[in-house]
Amino acid sequence: MFNDLAKLGKYLGETALLMVGQPDYDAYVQHTRLKHPDRTPMSYAEFFRNREDARFGGAVGKCC
Amino acid sequence: MNRILPKLGWAALAALGAISLSYVALSRGETINALWVVSAAVCIYLVAYRFYGLYIAKTVLGVDSTRMTPAVKYNDGLDYVPTNKNVLFGHHFAAIAGAGPLVGPVLAAQMGYLPGLLWIVAGVVLAGAVQDFIVLFISSRRDGRSLGDLIKSELGTIPGMIALFGAFLIMIIILAVLAMIVVKALADSPWGTFTVAATIPIAIFMGVYMRYIRPGKIGEISIVGFILLIAAILVGGQVAASPTWAPLFTFTGTQLTWILIAYGFIAASLPVWLLLAPRDYLSTFLKIGTILGLAVGIVIVAPMMHMPHVTKFIDGSGPVWSGNMFPFLFITIACGAVSGFHALISSGTTPKMLDNERYAAFIGYGGMLMESFVAIMALVAASVIDPGVYFAMNSPAAVIGKEAIEVAAKVSEWGFVITPDVLLQTATDVGEKTIISRAGGAPTLAVGMAHIISGAIGGKAMMAFWYHFAILFEALFILTAVDAGTRAGRFMLQDLLGAFVPVFKRTEKLGPNLIGTGLCVAAWGYILYQGVVDPLGGINTLWPLFGVANQMLAAVALTLCTVVLFKMKRERYAWVTIAPTIWLLACTLTAGWQKIFDPSFKVGFLAQAARFSAAADRGELLAPAKNVGQMQQIIFNQYLDAALCGLFMLVVIAVLVFGIRSCMKAYAENKPSSKESPYEALPESAA
Repeated sequence: MFNDLAKLGKYLGETALLMVGQPDYDAYVQHTRLKHPDRTPMSYAEFFRNREDARFGGAVGKCC
Repeated sequence: MNRILPKLGWAALAALGAISLSYVALSRGETINALWVVSAAVCIYLVAYRFYGLYIAKTVLGVDSTRMTPAVKYNDGLDYVPTNKNVLFGHHFAAIAGAGPLVGPVLAAQMGYLPGLLWIVAGVVLAGAVQDFIVLFISSRRDGRSLGDLIKSELGTIPGMIALFGAFLIMIIILAVLAMIVVKALADSPWGTFTVAATIPIAIFMGVYMRYIRPGKIGEISIVGFILLIAAILVGGQVAASPTWAPLFTFTGTQLTWILIAYGFIAASLPVWLLLAPRDYLSTFLKIGTILGLAVGIVIVAPMMHMPHVTKFIDGSGPVWSGNMFPFLFITIACGAVSGFHALISSGTTPKMLDNERYAAFIGYGGMLMESFVAIMALVAASVIDPGVYFAMNSPAAVIGKEAIEVAAKVSEWGFVITPDVLLQTATDVGEKTIISRAGGAPTLAVGMAHIISGAIGGKAMMAFWYHFAILFEALFILTAVDAGTRAGRFMLQDLLGAFVPVFKRTEKLGPNLIGTGLCVAAWGYILYQGVVDPLGGINTLWPLFGVANQMLAAVALTLCTVVLFKMKRERYAWVTIAPTIWLLACTLTAGWQKIFDPSFKVGFLAQAARFSAAADRGELLAPAKNVGQMQQIIFNQYLDAALCGLFMLVVIAVLVFGIRSCMKAYAENKPSSKESPYEALPESAA
């Protein structure tokens, strides 16, 4: 029961962050460690800025 | 038993939907409860998803759950990330939901709620959701490429360029129309203007906090930001009541136009993290929260629909916007039923995060159904207020006058009986000096939302708070859209200009950057300005132009979908996209033609230009022009609008011709010729 609630909370948090263009940081770190062991993953602050720039850097605007 | 139960459940749901809809449609004269409308819509959505959305997925497209998706193939933890389908649904919905589905249905309510309801529901099921879903599918089979790229590769470079040019024009029109909604909502409203202005320092504070104090802590600072917003609404009430402060925040429409243009230029030139990003976070969370709150409010309060199900303005003589039900109802409600702009989102970030093709229907089709539900709520909000108040708020001053007594007399004459006291009382309830001729949809929606939410929380005493909360909520995400849209428009423009003057492509250089931003702001600023000074109140001119443009982009996207179906050798199912394409072409080309050539000056741009020219020749001045120069200006604007409208028609016809050619070529081939990435199996772990 508490496990389910914790899982739900995690999902909701992830959803809220992805709504504003921030993917899951832990998943990014895990992926980089697993697939690119030669690279150092960005710190959370760097990751955050990288995603912020990516969200507004392209030619797709907000929807009407 | 296990097989029969679900079938019985679906049958019961279908029956409930049918009963609700017939109750809504067949009620004559009596007011009905809004829950009937909501339950009719929700039942139809669920049944449509199960039996049409999944039919398209399985039979028409043949989605393959063993196929590699770009998210898995190019997984980098950044742009390409395999994402849980529910989380991605939230992302996709937040990206497609905007002001469009909130405003269109409010304007359409002048014909009564039934025509709007039917089009929102039928349009989304057969056109809008189909478009969003199939474009998502097509993009995800092509490495998550964008709409422009997809059209280039499947139809050819020229139609691709034409479509991109069309998308740029649409962006400009959208920005102008959205900005005009804000101008109409904030004109002569110190309370509204103060709260919206307060969002700028609040956002900058949040931006600095997230950049330097506690980097990336969106959650905590958003809560702080939200509390500051509520405080701004409360202080706004004091500002409006203060004789010294209120005049400082009281502006006319024209003044607000110049303020917005200056704001747009500065905001789009600042670094993203300082103003745009933090405000985007606030507006996104506020948007989702308000939509959920409104849904809960409607269910708890169960308000009655006071608007007649069909009004006498069904004949096209309405004051809010002019033109017959066909085609104008179908372009007035654009986003809640079908929105071409979504094709850009469905081929943007979403396909790069889809972890399995089998969820494309849930996210693409389902996400659009949800958007349509937002449109239904807007329709409900516009219909629960007194119809007399609705018409007093949405008719131009030139038609109904300015004083409560004359307005009430005029609106009552139309059959929507109202006393001047009710108009004055409603204005006092929501904390404004007047509610007369507050066109643009947002204030009406705010009154409706305040009516519903105050029924659940706070009662009449809180009505002014909820009204300004609703205005703030709309203005916040419209300004975010204006800011982000100006940047996006600048990138598009620099790309287009860069083809001729290479230095423009350098998006990081300050010079080209500022010129690009300036040109972009000047373009939407001019259209905004002409809308604000428009003789028929702006909305009447610009909203149809926006609707036509947006639906034409949808026709372009659906043409792409049709071509791809032909190229996949699935042309026997292509009616799924051909039918909505034909309908959209019929609506938009008829509407475009009438907007240009209709002999009535209320509808046709050229007729309006001729009317002003004739008056100018006689040496007369027609309102709102105050001198000869302004007369010439209005005449020029009418020609400009007519030219824009004609340009949209050319864009869609050109893409259609290229589309038909590609279909015929694909039909003649004896094997599939679509340009999708070759099949690769999903790795075991991802499947």
